[in-house]
Amino acid sequence: MKLAGKQTWVFEHDIYIQATGTAVGPLEADGPLRESFDIAHDDLYCGEKTWELAERRLMQEAIGVCLQKGNISFSDIDIFLAGDLLNQNVTANYVARTVPAPFLCMFGACATSMQTIAVGAALIDGGFARTVLAATSSHNATAERQFRYPTELGVQKPKTATFTVTGAGAAVMGRKRGRWRITAATIGKVIDAGTANPFDMGSAMAPAAASTIEQHFIDLGTSPADYDLIVTGDLSRVGSVIVRQLLAESGYNVTDNYNDCGLMIYRPDQNVFAGGSGCACCAVVTYGHLLKEMERGALQKIFVVATGALLSPTMMQQKQSIPAVAHGVVMEAVKEER
Amino acid sequence: MDYVMAFMVGGALCAIAQLFMDIGKFSQMHVMSLFVAAGVVLGIGGIYDRLIAIAGAGAAFPISGFGYFLAKGVLAQSGAAGWLAVSSGMFQFAGAILSFAIVLSFFTALLCKPKG
Repeated sequence: MKLAGKQTWVFEHDIYIQATGTAVGPLEADGPLRESFDIAHDDLYCGEKTWELAERRLMQEAIGVCLQKGNISFSDIDIFLAGDLLNQNVTANYVARTVPAPFLCMFGACATSMQTIAVGAALIDGGFARTVLAATSSHNATAERQFRYPTELGVQKPKTATFTVTGAGAAVMGRKRGRWRITAATIGKVIDAGTANPFDMGSAMAPAAASTIEQHFIDLGTSPADYDLIVTGDLSRVGSVIVRQLLAESGYNVTDNYNDCGLMIYRPDQNVFAGGSGCACCAVVTYGHLLKEMERGALQKIFVVATGALLSPTMMQQKQSIPAVAHGVVMEAVKEER
Repeated sequence: MDYVMAFMVGGALCAIAQLFMDIGKFSQMHVMSLFVAAGVVLGIGGIYDRLIAIAGAGAAFPISGFGYFLAKGVLAQSGAAGWLAVSSGMFQFAGAILSFAIVLSFFTALLCKPKG
């Protein structure tokens, strides 16, 4: 049985991340993790006419550099899994035109990155694919228009608001030995904390993150100390405090080895309100920065929990609350054989 | 003194709007509509006339001033046109504000491209 406990998949085969690629926008390239990214643009349009096209280009570039780094060709890919934040997932669906492989579109809002990794690993473990390509993207200006107000409107944002990361991350997974192994994944339940403020996604998503992390410990019988780093996707300054409180109430002390991708990607003085968000946030920080840290030997075993707020502007206008979900994946560094 | 009064009254109107957003948790769109409606009501009551007499542009420029001009147009025609003035007079003064905004945005859109 590959299902451990209630919600955790433990993969029987050795599944590896063979290569990753990241492409980011100007503000991310100016942040503390600039060295971690493969491609950095100095313009929010990324050389395209519109922001939507810029986002598409970012995803395409992330995939390109990922395949190039892993020395993998499109013909090796058995299935392509991708998602983004736009209506009808247009970034992923349009990028899929250029990928000659079967395609499953994924939507988990900002939890999409780990959703694609978990599902991809499960497909490989089940024997439905040998090599899986996963990609996720978001763009600040397209997401603002999609979820809040167009940036041109110049609407004020409160301190609790998050700043959508402009970027895209891609990863290729397979059975062939790589530098990182995917050992388990915990699929989250949708949790609605009852908040209805799209300018405070951290509070909306923290209970979902806490639920997934706690369930992960219960399912596997592990504790926070078993991981070098437990990292959430985009809870920001607001949500990362709440998730630690919620876990502490359940008896899990997650403090020293906890961080949030939304807090890692920008410097505090970059005017990003409560921190970074968007499905590229977890993707570029994990595929770019964290995996490099594992390669370097600074981290051995990490638990990446991507957090998604499943709202739409229509539901917000109808005064509905924000459901949220979080999916976690365990990644372990593979030691070099000598 | 004109400048000081314009600053005080205009600033006070904006401060009220900010409080609605920060404390009342109203959305920007709600505050905007609320101020237009308030301008209409105060315009009919004649109170906004006095505010403009004191503060000039300080009261005319915030969005509540737009509501005031809507009401003022209706009142100006109400003698001759009766109730029809509600539709015929509404844009007598406010029309100029709208046209100006539309023309200005048109040329801005021609010349500028949003950066982020």
